[in-house]
Amino acid sequence: MATVTAPATGAPAEHDVYTDDEQLIGGRQTLVTIGEKIGNVCLGEVPTPKGWWIMFLAGFTLLQALVIGLAWLFYLGTGVWGINSPVFWGVAIVNFVWWIGIGHAGTLISAILLLMHQKWRTSLNRFAESMTLFAVMCAGIFPLIHMGRPWLAYWLFPFPNNMAAWPQFRSPLCWDAFAVSTYFSVSLLFWYIGLIPDFAYLRDHAKSKIQQIVYGMLAMGWRGSAMHWRRYEKLYLLLAGLGTPLVFSVHTIVSFDFAVSIVPLWHATIFPPFFVAGAIFAGFAMVIWLAIPIRHWYGMKDLITEKHLDVCAKIMLGTGLLVSYGYFSEVWMAWYSQSTYEWDTTLQRMFGPYGWSYWLLILTNTIIPQLIWFKKFRTNEFLLFLVAGSVHIGMWFERYVIIVTLTRDHVPSSWGRYAPTLADYLVMFGSLGLFLTLFALFMRFLPMLSITEMRELLPHKAGGRDGHAVMENAK
Amino acid sequence: MSAPETPQTWGMLAEFDSADALITATRKAREAGYTKMDGHSPYPIGEVADELGFPRSEIGAVMFIGGMVGATMGFLMLTWVSWVEYPLNIAGKPYFSWSMFIPITWELLVLSASVSGVVGLLALCGLPMPYHPLFNVPAFARATKDGFFLSVEAADPKFDADATRAFLLGLPDVKSVEEVPA
Repeated sequence: MATVTAPATGAPAEHDVYTDDEQLIGGRQTLVTIGEKIGNVCLGEVPTPKGWWIMFLAGFTLLQALVIGLAWLFYLGTGVWGINSPVFWGVAIVNFVWWIGIGHAGTLISAILLLMHQKWRTSLNRFAESMTLFAVMCAGIFPLIHMGRPWLAYWLFPFPNNMAAWPQFRSPLCWDAFAVSTYFSVSLLFWYIGLIPDFAYLRDHAKSKIQQIVYGMLAMGWRGSAMHWRRYEKLYLLLAGLGTPLVFSVHTIVSFDFAVSIVPLWHATIFPPFFVAGAIFAGFAMVIWLAIPIRHWYGMKDLITEKHLDVCAKIMLGTGLLVSYGYFSEVWMAWYSQSTYEWDTTLQRMFGPYGWSYWLLILTNTIIPQLIWFKKFRTNEFLLFLVAGSVHIGMWFERYVIIVTLTRDHVPSSWGRYAPTLADYLVMFGSLGLFLTLFALFMRFLPMLSITEMRELLPHKAGGRDGHAVMENAK
Repeated sequence: MSAPETPQTWGMLAEFDSADALITATRKAREAGYTKMDGHSPYPIGEVADELGFPRSEIGAVMFIGGMVGATMGFLMLTWVSWVEYPLNIAGKPYFSWSMFIPITWELLVLSASVSGVVGLLALCGLPMPYHPLFNVPAFARATKDGFFLSVEAADPKFDADATRAFLLGLPDVKSVEEVPA
């Protein structure tokens, strides 16, 4: 590729100076400035921005909605929700799939892009991984509370018990329990391993005793030893290598929850790839939503440059097209198969009582994201933020459309209607509160970007190693 | 007690300007016959580990074994439960419907490989280790910032406080050499 970066033509560039040739690091950064820029936020040396307080307080308020919603649900049972025959899976499952989908972009950025030598991942991987963890936490709430008797959730796992009963291992719902808990555990390990050297930096440069103790404990005595780094890099690479197929397997299994049933339009082989593409699509929309505030509130424009937003927007566009192909394929297969039930359910989906949600989905997920073809929508943060918001709505409605398909079954006598209740919405928006609260705390107390990997990304002359070469170095 | 003539020392710590200087210094120290040494840097430098004679880590083997054990145990558990202990007739499928066991087997493979990798890293590196003699040197805080260090342990058969200090001071691009109290 071009090695000489020409001065910006036309619109004035955000930065005139870049540390590296690929315009991934703005300003003149060194090993020291990178550490201070990221680490000083955790050490409380940067005044907490107003935006952070708005995010935290909004999230914390919504979190109370979750508490009320859960208390109400546990007191009276799942009858407080709108679920009833024929729709036994309501917005709880919509929210579950929505959150777990968002989670997947974190692992994609961390693991898959690492294996593909994408240097731009380095600025995004830490907060994207945190996004994954918090989104999976939010997702995990829904199947548990949907059980009706959530205190018996451990029955999902095999253990010898005096009832002499075991789980039904041929059920995708049982696979789901294993998939989601493995995904959470492995994401947590990957995240923590990445944080250890950064904790060591914070430990060594903390001013207050309490910071030294807490970050010191978390760093576990890391001293940057070359022997330790050798093992560390190998572990990091192998976790990325395992994480990549893990992402695909988890969302494939989530899609099996639907596809293994015999409901028309659910029983389709397109579901696994369609779900995985949708997950990446939604996840990149959330990465954009989180990257923009981080850039503004904490002045990280040097480390998350316009180029990063541009690349994220392009991936969102690409995966959005895959998802749109999925919508097309569903309709095409229903028509071409000449199956009465498939085609009739398709017509019901488009023009039945919930037809509005189908067209809203097409508008927000297929039509509006096409704006990203214009460069202005990739570089103007406000416009990009709006398009990403449209994707959030669209991906929620995608699962909603799948759920309300249940209102039109094979037998017209079993047809029905479904509407969520206040209790549904309390838990739904409450989970958003949990996510915002956790993410705000993460921004304040943990390094938002990987200090270690950003330092490696620095060019040689700035003291770095010219990019993360874990693929070559891990032995 | 009389003041000891030569204070107990853990070893010597030399600081360098850049990653490349640390690589060169490690090579020279190895060629000079030092064996018990280590490099310390804010980010991984594979060449330093190469020079230290640690060309390949054990993590790959640890994770492979962990993953294989997890997958095998998982598959056997699924088979035993579904075939022997608690046979259920699900849609007329055979009790040993192995293809239905693949998803959980795969998840257990990933989980056990990852957990054994992380436990293996910590165990092999001797972490957590909140105290280490190197932390007694104030300058060592730069090892997580912009400093590149080479430490030579007193346990090294070739170690001699004065000779080693002189040797380290003679290396190219060396910034400082300090004694590490035990």
